[in-house]
Amino acid sequence: MQRNTCVSVLRAATQMTALAVLGLTLAILAGTASAGENPTGSQITIDNFSFAPATLTVSAGTKVTWVNHDDIPHTVVSEDKATFRSQALDTDEKFSFTFAKPGTYTYFCSIHPKMTAKVVVQ
Amino acid sequence: MATPKDEILFDHNHDGIDRRGFLRCMAWAGTGTLCVLNGGVPTSYALGRGGEAGVKIPKGELTFVQISDSHMGFDKPANPDVVATFQAAIDKINALPIAPEFILHTGDISHLAKPAQFDNVEQILRSARASQVLYVPGEHDFVGDDGQQFRERFGKGTQGAGWYSFEKQGVHFIGLVNVANLKAGGLGSLGADQLEWLERDVKHLKSSTPLVVFAHIPLWTVYPDWGWGTDDSAQALGYLKRFGSVTVLNGHIHQTMQKVEGNVTFHTACSTAFPQPKPGTAPSPGPMKVPADQLRSLLGVTEVHYKKGQHALAITDSSLG
Repeated sequence: MQRNTCVSVLRAATQMTALAVLGLTLAILAGTASAGENPTGSQITIDNFSFAPATLTVSAGTKVTWVNHDDIPHTVVSEDKATFRSQALDTDEKFSFTFAKPGTYTYFCSIHPKMTAKVVVQ
Repeated sequence: MATPKDEILFDHNHDGIDRRGFLRCMAWAGTGTLCVLNGGVPTSYALGRGGEAGVKIPKGELTFVQISDSHMGFDKPANPDVVATFQAAIDKINALPIAPEFILHTGDISHLAKPAQFDNVEQILRSARASQVLYVPGEHDFVGDDGQQFRERFGKGTQGAGWYSFEKQGVHFIGLVNVANLKAGGLGSLGADQLEWLERDVKHLKSSTPLVVFAHIPLWTVYPDWGWGTDDSAQALGYLKRFGSVTVLNGHIHQTMQKVEGNVTFHTACSTAFPQPKPGTAPSPGPMKVPADQLRSLLGVTEVHYKKGQHALAITDSSLG
């Protein structure tokens, strides 16, 4: 997905200066990867005993929301079990956490601990 | 009812261990078969729907039933009525020609550790024809409170996260908890405290004492990608290595599976709520939806029979329909 966006942007920007092209590309990449300059939220889907995307990159201050589309309950718990810790989410239930500080936050489902993923906060 | 053909399965490990033979009784849809080893010669009793005259069980023999994964509170398409199937499992137990002395529930009693869910299971179990029900928790029973409610209800006489042992008819039973303090990316876990307790618990037992160990998540590695195994079970099994007869009863995987390794027989039971796919045959180990008329054939209970002096316990799986 990101690669296609990259290519179409570059084709359209052949007349622009190199810096402008770079700036535009970076802005679009940031837009597809996260909530952008003004965080409006980012979503992680839980299904088939997996978190998708497995790595979500957001900017500091972003509120991330998990939604469970699986037919079994899951939880969202930071690896240290302290930073964030949802209740059990049954099908269609949600949990949100605002990532104020930059860092890499590995988390897992405490019911099915093989399910791991991470949020990278920049 | 015709007596089904009995089969003897040999130890698959070819490790030269004493081949007294392990008798496996085939479970027929709708009925089960109880096979009793008597001096190496099997006798089978067909389990029917209460039509048989009660079979008197001699002294030095013990029958109990394992049920598992009732997931009270689950209501998705794979089984919209787990109450009905749990009741059917109890009805099946009550129809056994030999009343079990007790029932072992190997966990995931509730779906979300909610009080009403535990209440419901206990209520239905009151109609079971067994004098006692004993439990070990599944990970679903620890949701939200790390097992506090579970221990309040079922944890009398247990230690730590809820482990315990007891003796019946000379058989030493050990209930283990491998769903506490699970770590990111890990499998089931027994933990150092429980392992220390286990080592002490069996230390002074004679090696001829038959052991029955029960825990929710399998104590052998069935399929790690799906969390079907216990990280530190090897250490536990090490303490049990010297014993002549060890039976390990687990749940969690919602299907029957069996493995014999030397003197240890591992067995997992069906769920009474919903089946799960065979390892690697689906994207995830979640509830497996089947046509409604097939559901009960994939749910079941397990009967275990011990006769003093016999090497292996007789384990029989019965489906609910």
